[in-house]
Amino acid sequence: MEKLLSKYFIPGKTFTLAEYEQDGIAAFASIPPAASQTGRLESGGGYQAARSMFEKFPDPKLLIEEVKKSNLRGLGGAGFPPGMKWSLVPQNTGKPVYLVVNADEGEPGTFKDKYILRHNPHLLLEGMMIAAYANNVHKAYIYIRGEYTEPWQKLVRGVEEAYAKGYLGKKIFGKDFALEIVVHRGAGAYICGEETGLLESLEGKKGFPRLKPPFPAVVGLFGCPTVINNVETLSYLPFILNRGSEWFAKLGSAKNGGLRLFSVSGHVAKPGIYELPLGISLREIIYTHAGGIRGGRKLKAVVPGGLSAAIFKADEIDVGMDFDQLRAKQTMAGSAGVIVLDETTCMVKALYVTMRFYGHESCGQCSPCREGTGWVSKILKRVSEGRGRTGDVNNLLDICSFMGGTTICALADGAAMPLCSYLEKFREEFEYYIQHGKSMVDGTALETETALVH
Amino acid sequence: MSNEIKTNDLFTGEVKKKADALLAKYETKRASLLEILHLVQEQQGYVSVAAEEAVANYLGIAPIDVHEVVTFYTLYYRAPKAKTRFNVCRTLSCALLGARDIVGHLEQKLGVKSGAKDPAGQCSIQEVECLGACELAPMLQLNDDEFVGHLTKEKIDELIKKQ
Repeated sequence: MEKLLSKYFIPGKTFTLAEYEQDGIAAFASIPPAASQTGRLESGGGYQAARSMFEKFPDPKLLIEEVKKSNLRGLGGAGFPPGMKWSLVPQNTGKPVYLVVNADEGEPGTFKDKYILRHNPHLLLEGMMIAAYANNVHKAYIYIRGEYTEPWQKLVRGVEEAYAKGYLGKKIFGKDFALEIVVHRGAGAYICGEETGLLESLEGKKGFPRLKPPFPAVVGLFGCPTVINNVETLSYLPFILNRGSEWFAKLGSAKNGGLRLFSVSGHVAKPGIYELPLGISLREIIYTHAGGIRGGRKLKAVVPGGLSAAIFKADEIDVGMDFDQLRAKQTMAGSAGVIVLDETTCMVKALYVTMRFYGHESCGQCSPCREGTGWVSKILKRVSEGRGRTGDVNNLLDICSFMGGTTICALADGAAMPLCSYLEKFREEFEYYIQHGKSMVDGTALETETALVH
Repeated sequence: MSNEIKTNDLFTGEVKKKADALLAKYETKRASLLEILHLVQEQQGYVSVAAEEAVANYLGIAPIDVHEVVTFYTLYYRAPKAKTRFNVCRTLSCALLGARDIVGHLEQKLGVKSGAKDPAGQCSIQEVECLGACELAPMLQLNDDEFVGHLTKEKIDELIKKQ
């Protein structure tokens, strides 16, 4: 199966600008562009898509249409089509339009953007140039999470290379189009991956999400229209321009174009990044690509799209991994972080670890989230210490019912999804733990601090 | 010994030059705050209350605006940090593969409890939330920099020896 982004993920290697340009897309490409696109495409390597877009799309609106046709989805987690997002940006406000790249990769189970930044930051930079031209942007920010020290260094070096070559600055590729890029480090806060929390943080404040509407497309950074896209989403743009939107759309499933980077972790034999078509079955990801369950054990459950996605039981993995098919199953494709849990996992402790995360990362702005995640975490800690009470499960379900849809941002909804689905799908494990004061699972995976004390 | 820097001493010479360069990248002075705080921490090792005031003065914002940012984010240290810092991921993928055992082993070997540093300031253990390196689980971040993964007790012993 052809790889697009992940062919650059060579251990220990970071592609320089020159390497990307010479040997980039052209050298790796094995499939000719779709017949209907032939003649319109440049055949060159890296930065050819950005270099040629000015002639190919004299009106940036045509470029937006091209991206819409590719069925590219927002791969940060929401799945909102970037072409659609771009067409909502008002160009007549008299204010500048900003592009902000969300590189605050924080959804547990997700580590894909780190590979792009570390192995080829030029994929992102070229994608940013394309998005900038489409949206008439002349200043862009990349918000990268503060813990990503090495990827940040590689990214900064990539930006410096692009400036030195004149690909960024006053006249990119000698065209009458300016683009400045600023790399901005976060400082450790999950909530800053939420786009309006990110904007607040970028403005030098606590990452408190903003009420929407107005959406950032209209009122975003410094009160100006702002396009916010994820690293991976932008990095696919050069491929779409080079080889055509129809080719890209066909790679994926209905309305879910292309490939995406699945981050697979947990109890699989081969954890790692797998670049696969949208719509591929979850079973295939786990058993064909990630080597199945470690030590030949049995599968128990899977988190399909980052920690905030509702969990699947082992018999639910024959499902297509795209935004629409997973939504139909009451969960989400999210950030494509696949976390695999084998038969030795205690679901009570797994849920405690999960909810402890939200309790820690809730920004504290809205009470249903601040109090909800905090109390859920406390109750689950007590249960896992063997001090559960009759009624705890119903109590948790009750809290779950008011946490979702009652807050400014989606963090609480993200916490409610695992909470509700674990309780509904593994209720007997919770009841057993509460009744007996110990886990129903006779396994060693996943000890928590309290379990060690016993 | 005090690392406290007087309000007016921090933004001088090279540091001021670096800070000015950061400031020039942003539309507003305040927007540079997170990067300025990273710079201060690189200089001082942590962000003291006096440094918060210096930053506030430099950017022309209220000290509380700086303080609430310093306390909101986890990467700013508010007291001198230990020389060697083991930040162990405790979120689901790492927890599934034995993060708690790793913390327990570190605690035993270093004689330091998770969440604390030793009195001499040589080392500290901190359990942190997902660092975006689940393929390396169980993993830790050493000194807020290098990711060390596929941890075992033996690997921890080697890591401690090297410090």
